[in-house]
Amino acid sequence: MMDDTSLPILSLRNIRKSFGPIEVLHGIDLDVRPGEVVALLGENGAGKSTVSNIVSGTILPSSGEMTWQGAPFAPANPREAIDAGVGMIHQELLLLPHLSIAENVFVGRYPKKAGVVDRKTMEERAHAGLQRLGLDVSPRRLVQGLSTANQQLIEIAKALTLNARLLILDEPTAALGGDETTKLFEQIERLKQDGVGIVYISHRLEEIKQIADRIVVMRDGEKVQEFDSADVPVRTIVEAMVGRSLDRMFPDIPTPQNETVLEVRELSSALGSFSEVSFSVAKGEIFGIAGLVGAGRTELVRAITGVDPISGGQVLLDGRDISPRKPWDAIRNGIVLVPEDRKQQGLVLSHSIAENFAYANMNQVATRGWVTKSKTREFAERGIETFGVKGQSHQNADEMSGGNQQKTVIAKWLARNPRVVVLDEPTRGIDVGARSSIYDIIVGLAREGVSVIVVSSDLEEVLGVSNRVMVMAQGKRAGILNREDANDVSVMELATM
Amino acid sequence: MMSSSESGRKSTLSDFFSLSGATGPLIGLLLLCAFLSFATDSFLSFRNFLNIADQITVLGIMAVGMTFVILIGGIDLSVGSILALSMMVLGYLNVEAGMPMSVAITGALLASAVAGAVSGLLITEFKVPAFIATLAMMSIARGLANMITNGSQIIGFPTWFNMGAIIRNFGFLTMTVAVMLVVFVVAILFLRFREEGRSLYAIGGNPEVARLAGINVRLTTVMVYVVCALLSGLAGILLAARLDSVQPSSGVAYELDAIAAVVIGGTSLSGGTGGVVGTIIGVLIIGVLRNGLNLLSVSPFLQAVIIGLVIVLAVAAETFKHRGAR
Repeated sequence: MMDDTSLPILSLRNIRKSFGPIEVLHGIDLDVRPGEVVALLGENGAGKSTVSNIVSGTILPSSGEMTWQGAPFAPANPREAIDAGVGMIHQELLLLPHLSIAENVFVGRYPKKAGVVDRKTMEERAHAGLQRLGLDVSPRRLVQGLSTANQQLIEIAKALTLNARLLILDEPTAALGGDETTKLFEQIERLKQDGVGIVYISHRLEEIKQIADRIVVMRDGEKVQEFDSADVPVRTIVEAMVGRSLDRMFPDIPTPQNETVLEVRELSSALGSFSEVSFSVAKGEIFGIAGLVGAGRTELVRAITGVDPISGGQVLLDGRDISPRKPWDAIRNGIVLVPEDRKQQGLVLSHSIAENFAYANMNQVATRGWVTKSKTREFAERGIETFGVKGQSHQNADEMSGGNQQKTVIAKWLARNPRVVVLDEPTRGIDVGARSSIYDIIVGLAREGVSVIVVSSDLEEVLGVSNRVMVMAQGKRAGILNREDANDVSVMELATM
Repeated sequence: MMSSSESGRKSTLSDFFSLSGATGPLIGLLLLCAFLSFATDSFLSFRNFLNIADQITVLGIMAVGMTFVILIGGIDLSVGSILALSMMVLGYLNVEAGMPMSVAITGALLASAVAGAVSGLLITEFKVPAFIATLAMMSIARGLANMITNGSQIIGFPTWFNMGAIIRNFGFLTMTVAVMLVVFVVAILFLRFREEGRSLYAIGGNPEVARLAGINVRLTTVMVYVVCALLSGLAGILLAARLDSVQPSSGVAYELDAIAAVVIGGTSLSGGTGGVVGTIIGVLIIGVLRNGLNLLSVSPFLQAVIIGLVIVLAVAAETFKHRGAR
């Protein structure tokens, strides 16, 4: 890869960017050569997105130079960057669900014949693009209903039909399971063979080690370190990202007590996403649920917490049947859910932190139904302090970082002294620093005797925090592994059963 | 009442009077009043203010209900028709059937509440979009109102009923205005300080978050449409008192005025932000504007154009302010 004759596709020299008086990028140098994957790492706010936005023409640098295949490059808008051959795949996929795959690939630049859209050419070319990525679906299919992984591939196909020489992938695996990630990586390898340069942004370090040829670590708008190979210990990378040495990622986990708190008996989903799942969780136990995307993990915990309807089976708390019909039934009994998508399910983003706290704790901020602002504020401030949320009670939820949002979602429930806390993908899209403090909260809960259920696609995370791990496959319980027996091999064996 | 401690009470009082984002509309209202005070001789007088208060009672009460609906991210197009239905039920029960006014009022409010409940159930249980459900109810309620007398008006209410809208108790307060003021105070208290009131903001902000937080979103939504319809029915009774007659063609296009007042007052059509204080200011802006334009002898057609411009101005100013804050 480090072939000196291969000219970089893209070079950045001393790129700076200021928003008003604040400089957010302090002179970045970066080279991407044909056929290499450069991983761009850093915590949230390190400046990764600013760099990718400058390259893709979304924002203009304040100073510095870029060259594209040897020639000066200064895209004034996304169009110019796209025309030059920069393909940017955003974290939030920008597809139009009601249009066909072919239309999505060619939106804004439909091939035309005599002034009308030439559907045949469009579909043929879209199909060719999809095949190049090993995706065998009809280009006439609507995007709606496709898996996230396939939607991701369509975005890539879109960039490829534009003859992209450089692809920027921003957290492409955030919503993918292990299997889908593997598929995506195969495609990335293929693109490398074709000489496409790739900038890969991700929080998942294990992945980076698999896919990247070089690693560039950013912190606070500066490039702090560059590794010429991905063969670097994870700890070294993380320490470069957070700028301090980490003792360990996962805290020691406590031993659970003997008393069973939650028991799930042959639970089946009314939506058909899982059936006859049984397990029990002890007091102070951290119970992990692993499995591939679509295995029914999220649906299972949504049913346990009364969010989704159940068609059979029981949920027992201390041996008492409390099978919830609505979220309140579970909350009332002390079973709370920190949902998968904090922005859509966990917080009202346009409302203040204090209000978000109040919504989950109305009976505690109100006396005989009367709510006062001062009481709401005091209540939230107590939660903010206890859990080290960086933010103030009057701030809107969308002004906080992902990690602090997640802490707020967890904290708003803990004020209820719950018996069972269910966390669905607790660290998705959260940077490394905030991640370890969420693990600390989880372990802290278990120490206090709370039963914790952690659902995660991040295998390292499930294995790291759980006393036991239940693996699900195709809506069924595939097996339960004790901490000693659980490793990536044993879990994946069960998950792909 | 709300808090036992002295400091708690103080902050509660300031909460009650806080404008919470309706400062822009209030400045607009004050500028409008200042302009009209200079442009006309008769605007700035106690008597004229009493007139404005009388003129805005119906709109004011309907706009409160509309505020609740819009706060949860809904819309209610049926309020004008429900007002007419309530009036006709009132007239029928009291005049035609000869029942006492208490029974007639109860009947009128009951009919309104049923209409609201039907809309609410269509929206929550049958997943009909609020726009469509209330559009249908707008047609149904109007039809029912017409069916009661086959389209003709009813007159012959007891004298005291009409006097409630005319006699100024203590020299200034008519019965109808008093009812409006009570509705305003109760609505502000409810939205600001009641658990259920705060839940409306949660639902409007993001119904899924509200549901997962344990709020009964379906029941609350139905209740909001019932309350909105009840307030429209109440507005209908007050309108009947003011006109001393009822007719099924009353209240046509009132829903648009109510929505306009809510929007001018800074409540977001997408739900989750705003409140009754803003709506009251919005109602006052519309009321003062109509009154002032009449005093200036502006034609009703031009008045409609001006009110349209004010709506655009109010919403544009709000959007602009938000963009500036970012």
